[in-house]
Amino acid sequence: MEHFIDIKDHSKDEIQQILDAAMRVIENPRGYSEAAKGKILATLFFEPSTRTRLSFESAMLSLGGSVLGFSESASSSAAKGESLADTIKTVACYADLIAMRHPKEGAALLAAGVAEVPVINAGDGGHAHPTQTLTDLLTIQREKGRLDNLTVGLCGDLKFGRTVHSLVEALSHHSGIRIVAISPQELRVPEYLKSGVIAKHHMPFLDTDQMEDALATVDVLYMTRVQRERFFNEEDYVRLKDRFILDTAKMRLMEEDAIVLHPLPRVNEISVKVDADPRAAYFRQVKNGKYVRMALIMKLLELAG
Amino acid sequence: MNIDGVKNGIVLDHITAGRAMEIYRHLDLDDLDCCVAIIKNVESKKKGKKDILKVDAEIDIDLDMLGFLDPNITVNIIKNEQRIEKKQLALPQLLRNVITCSNPRCITGVEQEIDHIFELSDPEAGVYRCSYCETAYEGRNG
Repeated sequence: MEHFIDIKDHSKDEIQQILDAAMRVIENPRGYSEAAKGKILATLFFEPSTRTRLSFESAMLSLGGSVLGFSESASSSAAKGESLADTIKTVACYADLIAMRHPKEGAALLAAGVAEVPVINAGDGGHAHPTQTLTDLLTIQREKGRLDNLTVGLCGDLKFGRTVHSLVEALSHHSGIRIVAISPQELRVPEYLKSGVIAKHHMPFLDTDQMEDALATVDVLYMTRVQRERFFNEEDYVRLKDRFILDTAKMRLMEEDAIVLHPLPRVNEISVKVDADPRAAYFRQVKNGKYVRMALIMKLLELAG
Repeated sequence: MNIDGVKNGIVLDHITAGRAMEIYRHLDLDDLDCCVAIIKNVESKKKGKKDILKVDAEIDIDLDMLGFLDPNITVNIIKNEQRIEKKQLALPQLLRNVITCSNPRCITGVEQEIDHIFELSDPEAGVYRCSYCETAYEGRNG
């Protein structure tokens, strides 16, 4: 039985197979409308989500399957003090597949260790968000036509931004990737990534807090929100949240064929006026999320895809 | 200083000088009724000084924990006053319930009765990371 917990558990080929399956769905969505008929996906979301939860639910419904679950911890037995392990074992009796988001790091790994059905990590604290990475990769592949030989700018909260960590892990499989990390010093890429996967794969890496200087050099700009929920005190959050904002003036500094991604939700780090720019790919990215989750669901349920 | 040899038991040799008591506590040797000798600051050709622990009883030892505490240790198994086995320890690849994760955001801090598992992520630097949240353990002293 396979789970999908962390992007680094999967080889470059495995990830590419999922992306290729997503492309097949995009080319013929109606051809998959009954692929998961009779199957049930449990969406267990212990912390807030819009995109990810609805994306999973839409994906499963688009495959002809059904969905059950909860969207906040208070709705679950966790509010009564039930352990996560017991919740997972219980839900596994009602569903064929679990997609879980939890505020604690490592929660999805724990779930995979006790579940008798496949588990998908829909985000575990500030640790990892591997299906967002699949979405990001599919978007880059569709927009740029490739996943290698790219300069990728990561901007905003690179310390607590789990989507950033997973994306770096995934891109490390590809050749010619250069990382430009644009952030305040307090929110820089964690040391374990720099000394681990980035150093191990000899990825050229630059830390900078000068956003304007970096923009002209990137093929892909990956914007992130400075996340209030990851800070222990409000003062630090307020001080850092508005440091790196993308607006139309900064867009003029970027190459004509560059693209802008964002895992959303955004607060104010991308001006609404940027949305009309054809390089703004973040809402196309949202749609890609549904397709890639359809591909992942089919893979884990071992359905033809 | 003369200390009787072990008849049937173990001798932990090449303990880093000054750490014998720490090893003694971790192995719960205080609970034993048998003869236990703690020898500190013995002259060592390799390191100048070393500690030695001798236990005159056949006891089970968690070699992973011991290797984590001090990978320099040599474990000698003694039977009928003869050394029948010698084990050179090393940093174990995996630790289970030896150390705990200090990350307040880790699931191991809230979930009851969960094993605390750490993996050796950097053998050269001796860095262990929580297998759940990947936070590095910062309590180990070389």
